[in-house]
Amino acid sequence: MAQAASGAYYVPHGTRWPILGSFGLFFTVFGGALWVNEVGAGKYLSLLGVACLLSMMFGWFRTVIAESLAGTYNKQVDTSFRMGMMWFIFSEVMFFAAFFGALFYARNFAVPWIGGEGDGALTNFFLWKGFTPAWPTNGPAQVGGAFESMPAWGVPLLNTLILLSSGVTVTIAHHALRAGKRTQLLIWLAATVLLGLTFLNLQAHEYIEAYTHMNLTLGTGIYGSTFFMLTGFHGLHVTLGAIMLSVIWLRCARGHFDRDHHFAFEAVAWYWHFVDVVWLGLFLFVYVM
Amino acid sequence: MTTHVAHSDAHHDDKPHGFFNRWVCSTNHKDIGTLYLVFAFIMACVGALFSGVIRTELAQPGLQFVQPYFFNQMTTLHALVMIFGAIMPAFVGLANWMVPLMIGAPDMALPRMNNWSFWILPFAFTLLLWPLVQYLLFGTGGGAIAGGWTLYPPLAIQGGDAVAFSIFAVHLMGISSIMGAINIIATILNLRAPGMDLLKMPLFVWTWLITAFLLIAVMPVLAGAVTMLLTDKYFGTSFFNAAGGGDPVMFQHIFWFFGHPEVYIMILPAFGIVSEIIPTFSRKPLFGYQAMVYATASIAFLSFIVWGHHMFTVGMPLGGELYFMYATMLIAVPTGVKVFNWVSTMWRGSLSFEAPMLWAIAFVILFTIGGFSGLMLALVPADFQYQDTYFVVAHFHYVLVTGALFSIIGAIYYWWPKWTGRMYNETWAKVHFWWTMVFVNVLFFPQHFLGLAGMPRRIPDYNVAFADWNLVSTIGAYGMFLTPFMFAFILWHSLKKGAKAEARAWEAAHGLEWTVPSPAPFHTFATPPAIHDEDLAHGDVTH
Repeated sequence: MAQAASGAYYVPHGTRWPILGSFGLFFTVFGGALWVNEVGAGKYLSLLGVACLLSMMFGWFRTVIAESLAGTYNKQVDTSFRMGMMWFIFSEVMFFAAFFGALFYARNFAVPWIGGEGDGALTNFFLWKGFTPAWPTNGPAQVGGAFESMPAWGVPLLNTLILLSSGVTVTIAHHALRAGKRTQLLIWLAATVLLGLTFLNLQAHEYIEAYTHMNLTLGTGIYGSTFFMLTGFHGLHVTLGAIMLSVIWLRCARGHFDRDHHFAFEAVAWYWHFVDVVWLGLFLFVYVM
Repeated sequence: MTTHVAHSDAHHDDKPHGFFNRWVCSTNHKDIGTLYLVFAFIMACVGALFSGVIRTELAQPGLQFVQPYFFNQMTTLHALVMIFGAIMPAFVGLANWMVPLMIGAPDMALPRMNNWSFWILPFAFTLLLWPLVQYLLFGTGGGAIAGGWTLYPPLAIQGGDAVAFSIFAVHLMGISSIMGAINIIATILNLRAPGMDLLKMPLFVWTWLITAFLLIAVMPVLAGAVTMLLTDKYFGTSFFNAAGGGDPVMFQHIFWFFGHPEVYIMILPAFGIVSEIIPTFSRKPLFGYQAMVYATASIAFLSFIVWGHHMFTVGMPLGGELYFMYATMLIAVPTGVKVFNWVSTMWRGSLSFEAPMLWAIAFVILFTIGGFSGLMLALVPADFQYQDTYFVVAHFHYVLVTGALFSIIGAIYYWWPKWTGRMYNETWAKVHFWWTMVFVNVLFFPQHFLGLAGMPRRIPDYNVAFADWNLVSTIGAYGMFLTPFMFAFILWHSLKKGAKAEARAWEAAHGLEWTVPSPAPFHTFATPPAIHDEDLAHGDVTH
């Protein structure tokens, strides 16, 4: 087949990384299930699983990077990767949508109904007499005890500016890459990573403040639940994004990518912008409103 | 017609040697498709075992064989195993096998990820079933999750250790489904051979494209919902706890925002399969191809905005009930378009009734019965009577067993010659079909009567008034238990003794998959084939 050699779609022959990843996932969550049920070995099994997953990612990405550098991928393969990343980000959007949905439902329906609004008059009268709906709230039973809510205009505002700036710096880095200016690329990409780390640092301080001084915890009723789950999952994604950006920085420093072929850079940049947009939603609906 | 991929010479069949290399490390869409199908078959048998416990207990009133808590585990696991372990993987397996062959692609777009999508599943189900195995074998732990597959709190999180195992299992199934769906979308949008325009694609490909979109949109929502269950149980959050300002009903909303599209995830590929089989054995192009495509898309769109019809009795505002009722009834329109188009395809066709066609026709008739009972359930005032009765059980088994499962069996008979190069024994296949056809109706039809008379679902005991039809239903179930053995035997016999299949195994089969030899070579379409419109199954072409 002479045609196959010239620009055929690349189909790899066999791979050992996915099965390692499956064992990794399995140990992680099997251990996790034991852990939350307070079985001693669970923690270690879970950590073993995470180690498997990390080695899978390392190996899998190394294979793909080597193939990419060897010129194995044509434009069509590149398009597949792009679609894969786009739809992955879409799935992430829907994951966050579930938690935003919970926040909106709790604020617009659950809390007012417990407070007797709408069809909730009898619920309020028989079950939660004396509860007046308001937000933020930890419910009629004051689950978690008296707490302070997180103000929007201090650290969260600063974090908004930081994350927005990081969106700008990553774009400048992208332009530098496309213009072939590697030093500028490295500087602006490093700036993006640093902004991300600063964000995480500030968020960690915010969490510590909440837990130690404001009595605001994951157990603080529906407000604490939505606050920490939304910001927590977002923080996890910022962490992943920062790690991914760091890997890309290392690859840039090693001379990977040229002005036309740098999908990995773009994929991580998309991911970073996605994390940015989620934060804007969080800032608006969790902190400001 | 000669096949234009006749140059599938020996070096194409460079199958890896050894079980580990061939199957565990596979990046080949055909092998991974086979893995999915075999896994689905095993899970279907496991799920059938659970239903055997249920039907045996329900054969007579009173508690005979199992304790109520164990019965609850059986109903919960039966649903989870059948939905996530049998029906969905079977459809993904068919997509793996057929989509690249139907659009002229060399493989799936992301072959390594394709491997991972499959190889997560055995681990996910090990996790789900582990608490049951632990309980049955070692007598430790509290047994499997027992709060129903819908995992409604507060009941679901009052279970024992199994709750965490099951939630993590659902996470893994979600990861697997999302990766599988991403792969299918990328394959369809990016790997079509030149000339395979979107509106020339076979309907199976179209329905899977839309199904994959549904999967990516809703599996993460399920993941979010069960994550909230996990944190409510183990980390003190109050999402579903009214005392903390949350609401258990909120879980139902989030769950069914996933759950209703999920229903269509399990039926749209079936629509695609039937739309392939009926034209072949009617020797006519599909009637109203474009209408079929748009109807599928409409059904998918509507699936996102009707979830409340699962919750009519939970206490929704009246406006919500009315909205969800009318929106749900709207789905009957595009679904009706599909049913009428299948019938019109057969109208004045030159029909023959090989096994795939029998399953397809049975699908059209019995799925329509399931659709009509669905329409009954969509009516709010009527649903207040039907909610949580055996009528609901009858309804969704008509759409899932005589709908989804029948289409899968039909698809396996239809494409088996392409996969293996062997024909199956038509007589035995007909016996398999008629045996199933009789007993599936003996099993599920009386459940309509039981439900209308008021028998609740998910309860191990019942009023003596329900005894007769329950016994009939159990007899039907026992008849059904023979069918996996029949099916396995027919396929095994075909592999060993079946007649050789031609490239175009069925006289009037159209579509690219019939232009490659039977069995399809290990690698097909390494370079994109030239598309001749007469090869296309249907689509925007004038025959």
